[in-house]
Amino acid sequence: MNAIETMDLTKKFGSLTVVDSVNIKVEQGGIFGLLGPNGAGKSTIISMLCTILKPTSGTALVNGYDIVKFPSQVRKSIGIVFQDPSVDDRLTGKENLEMHADLYGVPASEKRSQIDKVLELVELSDRGNDLVRNYSSGMRRRLEIARSLVHTPKVLFLDEPTIGLDPQSRDHIWSYIRELLKTEDITIILTTHYMEEADKLCKQVAIVDRGQIVALDTPESLKEKLGGETITVKSQNNPLYVEKIKEAGIAKSVVIAGDEVKVTVDSAHTILPSIVNIAALNHIFIESISLQEPQLDDVFLHYTGRALREGGGKELSGMGAIMRRQIR
Amino acid sequence: MSELRGIYTLWQREIKRYLRERTRLASSFFQPLLWLVIFGSGLGLSIRSSTGLNYQEYIFPGIIGQTLLFTSMFMGISLIWDRQFGFLKEILVAPISRISIFVGKMLGVSTDSMIQGMIVLMLGFLIGVKITLPIVIKVIPLMLLVTLGTACIGLTLACFMDSLESYGTIMTFVNMPMFFLSGALFPVNNLPSWLQWVVYVNPLTYGVDALRIVILDGAYVSSFPLYMDLTIIIAFDVFMILAGTYSFSLRK
Repeated sequence: MNAIETMDLTKKFGSLTVVDSVNIKVEQGGIFGLLGPNGAGKSTIISMLCTILKPTSGTALVNGYDIVKFPSQVRKSIGIVFQDPSVDDRLTGKENLEMHADLYGVPASEKRSQIDKVLELVELSDRGNDLVRNYSSGMRRRLEIARSLVHTPKVLFLDEPTIGLDPQSRDHIWSYIRELLKTEDITIILTTHYMEEADKLCKQVAIVDRGQIVALDTPESLKEKLGGETITVKSQNNPLYVEKIKEAGIAKSVVIAGDEVKVTVDSAHTILPSIVNIAALNHIFIESISLQEPQLDDVFLHYTGRALREGGGKELSGMGAIMRRQIR
Repeated sequence: MSELRGIYTLWQREIKRYLRERTRLASSFFQPLLWLVIFGSGLGLSIRSSTGLNYQEYIFPGIIGQTLLFTSMFMGISLIWDRQFGFLKEILVAPISRISIFVGKMLGVSTDSMIQGMIVLMLGFLIGVKITLPIVIKVIPLMLLVTLGTACIGLTLACFMDSLESYGTIMTFVNMPMFFLSGALFPVNNLPSWLQWVVYVNPLTYGVDALRIVILDGAYVSSFPLYMDLTIIIAFDVFMILAGTYSFSLRK
């Protein structure tokens, strides 16, 4: 049995089709990544799978239950960590978990042990009796993850679980999730903006754009399919540069991403000189140039024509800098 | 069964949150005291009573009615609060029906108001109203009946509003006329007839009348028979619970 199987899942708001006949099969176990630019329909897909929204047409099976016919069974078998905070900060951490256990009908005999177990997993055992308003944002997030696990869900939805957290908290959260995958029989559906996270963690990745699934595979084969290597150039006249490279016909694809030009080629080492020559011939000044093997970022760019965080400012260039190998 | 457990845990949450808010508890203790002691004794000295009761005794049940109304209307804001701070999502995705969520919330708000009402009831000794055990036993279910309806007014309004500010404005619009035209502060029999109609359609009128019958125990000549008060209050409760659950289920 698949953890999730959607059949022509569609959602329209008025005349606007937000999710367009999506068909995905997610095997049990591991992490399944749902990637896409803002407004691509990721959240709507998740909302439908969580039975918050009713599909306009089509349906899906979550843990074997139809989301339209048996929403209550679906709800009992899933855990959700929302993108926005959703804990009650006037209650203690433990009280939040107790409430969740009551709402999900966790047997009274298991309630205590289950709560202690999840608190331990996210390293909050010693803070369980403190009011949540005294927690840091990283601790709140960890509490939310703990809460989503109280009723031992079969499928866990994590909607941007690490957004807005410092790198250390992020690492913590990923280590809990790895631990979870080892000890529990659980499938995780993840949406994230952090491509390196998705690359490292996900067994499979679906790229969503304009309400459709444009690619679905393991991160490795997606990168392989894209093939070749990427040359990233920052020049003073990007549009002209793109045009000239296209004219030369030496690249597999050329796109502008933010203030950079990304050129995908079969072998960067032989083509790099020509790329530089084109700039020299057209009097385009190159500010920087670097080359890299394909990243999930590039896969994303290839399928959607957009960088995941377009105009994502400092963070993107900061992360890009880490990922990019300097030219040798 | 699991629905009942859900209602219970939502009810418990409302009360915990309420009791933890110490400043609110303190302020809601002083407000009725001001009405009773300052307003009651000040105005009581300058008007001649036609009811055979001293003025403070007369308004005392009215102030309890006011406390029930104001507290439950104020607590209705918690629904907007939950929506703004995201907690409502956690409840909405739980395997529990919308009706149970609304009922849990309603019972929680009603209980909060009743705690408040009981505090004011205990202040009766200050103005010489004797609060005996039989009165307390009769007043508790009556308070519940009154406050279920008013809690639903607040929660129903909150279903249609997204901001705390607009709720605050609307709340005043509902609170003040309901309070002033309920007979809480003055007998309604002598009002001009157009105003009397407003009094008769105000559900709190019957609540205040019933509270007066029970608390003043015979000393008060009621405007309506008790059975009529109760019938109207219960009918209003049923109507508001239906309206409230329906409004709540409309929201995405």
